[in-house]
Amino acid sequence: MTVTSPASAPDTHQGPASDERLLGTSPLKRLLSRPELGSVVGALAVFGFFALVAESFLRASSLSTVLYAASTIGIMAVPVALLMIGGEFDLSAGVLVTTSALASSIFSYRMTANVWVGVGVSLLFTLAIGAFNGLVLARTKLPSFIVTLGTFLMLAGLNLGCTKLFSETVSTKSISDMDGFSSARAVFASTVTIGGVAFKITILWWIVLVALASWVLLRTRAGNWIFAVGGNKDAARAVGVPVGRTRTGLYMGVALGAWISGQHLLFSYDVVQSGEGVGNELIYIIAAVIGGCLITGGYGSAVGSAVGALIFGMTSKGIVFAQWNPDWFKFFLGAMLLLATLLNAWVRKRAEATT
Amino acid sequence: MTDVTERTALVHLEDVGKHYGNVRALDGVSLEVHAGEITCVLGDNGAGKSTLIKIVAGLHRHDAGTFRIEGEESGLSSPREALDRGIATVHQDLAVVPLMPVWRNFFLGSEPRKGFGPFKRLDVDLMRRTTREQLLRMGIDLRDVDQPIGTLSGGERQCVAIARAVYFGAKVLILDEPTAALGVKQSGMVLKYVAAARDEGLGVVFITHNPHHAYLVGDRFVLLKRGTMVGSHTREEITVDELARQMAGGNELDDLRHELERTPHGGERQDAGR
Repeated sequence: MTVTSPASAPDTHQGPASDERLLGTSPLKRLLSRPELGSVVGALAVFGFFALVAESFLRASSLSTVLYAASTIGIMAVPVALLMIGGEFDLSAGVLVTTSALASSIFSYRMTANVWVGVGVSLLFTLAIGAFNGLVLARTKLPSFIVTLGTFLMLAGLNLGCTKLFSETVSTKSISDMDGFSSARAVFASTVTIGGVAFKITILWWIVLVALASWVLLRTRAGNWIFAVGGNKDAARAVGVPVGRTRTGLYMGVALGAWISGQHLLFSYDVVQSGEGVGNELIYIIAAVIGGCLITGGYGSAVGSAVGALIFGMTSKGIVFAQWNPDWFKFFLGAMLLLATLLNAWVRKRAEATT
Repeated sequence: MTDVTERTALVHLEDVGKHYGNVRALDGVSLEVHAGEITCVLGDNGAGKSTLIKIVAGLHRHDAGTFRIEGEESGLSSPREALDRGIATVHQDLAVVPLMPVWRNFFLGSEPRKGFGPFKRLDVDLMRRTTREQLLRMGIDLRDVDQPIGTLSGGERQCVAIARAVYFGAKVLILDEPTAALGVKQSGMVLKYVAAARDEGLGVVFITHNPHHAYLVGDRFVLLKRGTMVGSHTREEITVDELARQMAGGNELDDLRHELERTPHGGERQDAGR
């Protein structure tokens, strides 16, 4: 059979409506049918590996560094995973983060306004780009690969062009002396000390996003529609699911993630390099795929994308802790992607064979 | 049952036509669907069956003729509107989302929710329970409503889709070749649920290219060929053999019979030669 295991198995316990013929469904099998299982196994392997080869990897401060690296990817990997479950790609996600940061910075600087005004304008602008992606997709019926590749290039050009136009260099002017900067920094780029270890606030943003996305996916009507649109869009349309609206919502979700990431970028470094972000869109997709999202849509989870981002964080920082040349990082990432995808496919097949 | 004039049909098409560019997909087709009756639409591949359903299901608009729903002339602009008017369609391929659990599929597009404002969420317990109950009522005893619907057999999937339409209060049920890809036993099962839906008081449009399946359950028969209607009969007016003959196009079937009769000899000769 070509079918894979359930799109979701929210309740692992057996409800009152369970059937006496279900003897075979052990908790273990329920676990095996979870989309993120393969990535969890992978994450444990990566953790064990670096714990062995890099002594400093197990320190609490290293944990904080790894989590920070994971969270900067994870904040985007969550909405990108949702979009992939909905059956689409967004190649503009990487540069959209930079666009969002630039919009906020340039607007605040030029208008000499409170930076929160810039943050708000940036939110609207970024969401509008997300909506644009979704609407163009719905209107033209072109593949999302092409549509968002177009947006990607347009945004990359816009980022460079507008930054040069407004600040005559490739980076924005400093806004650290403007009203509201310190409060905005507290929200988007502060550090919280827990038990003597400093944690970046993006970790909190990340956790909240994963929780929110999981709830939406498994417990709301919108979540049902996301799975349906990605799993079989014609069937979804035939029973009255608004396919175009669901997709547009998903692209706006990616935009929301890009806005959070972008504001973090702006308020932690004060200036934004206009050429940044290119190539990150693939990293988000990789995190989602490692986390068990099916590249064809209709299957995956938000938690999986978080585990994918964690693997990413552990690998990128683990190589540094092990004092290897960080040039090897990409090689490891590629190998990880292949292994994780194979493992996911294998686990899913096993889970089905025993159903 | 055959008295047409006394009752208002649930769905009544008269001389309906549809063009795609310069291609005439459908021309002059008339069809009636009454509550508690099964109207069969028969035709070979390319006869215009799919176009006909798409018009009734709200996926396409007709270009010619009249389309009346419960006596009121109308044209449907979307599948959602068709559903709201009580017309549910079970498509041959696009009936379900294979990777989703049975209960999520059952309620897809009409999910019950509880809670207020932004905390509105799916009523998962109700969804699971109702799915199980409704399937039992149609005589389908499912082991686990959490299994992906793709793991069910083709016949079971059709039955879930039929049970779904009945539950959501459809008045008219359109079935697009529900038995086309099924074996004998599974076809029988699906026909049983088609009859069960009829007994619940639904008007059923049963699209098929199998006159034997149609004759088992049908009350009215509409025959299509190359986009036009070549016959419209009530059950009393026609026998299954005549139906099969008309569907294959009369003389064409006679020719086919000739060809088929000769085949065994050819086979024997080949075997003898070996």
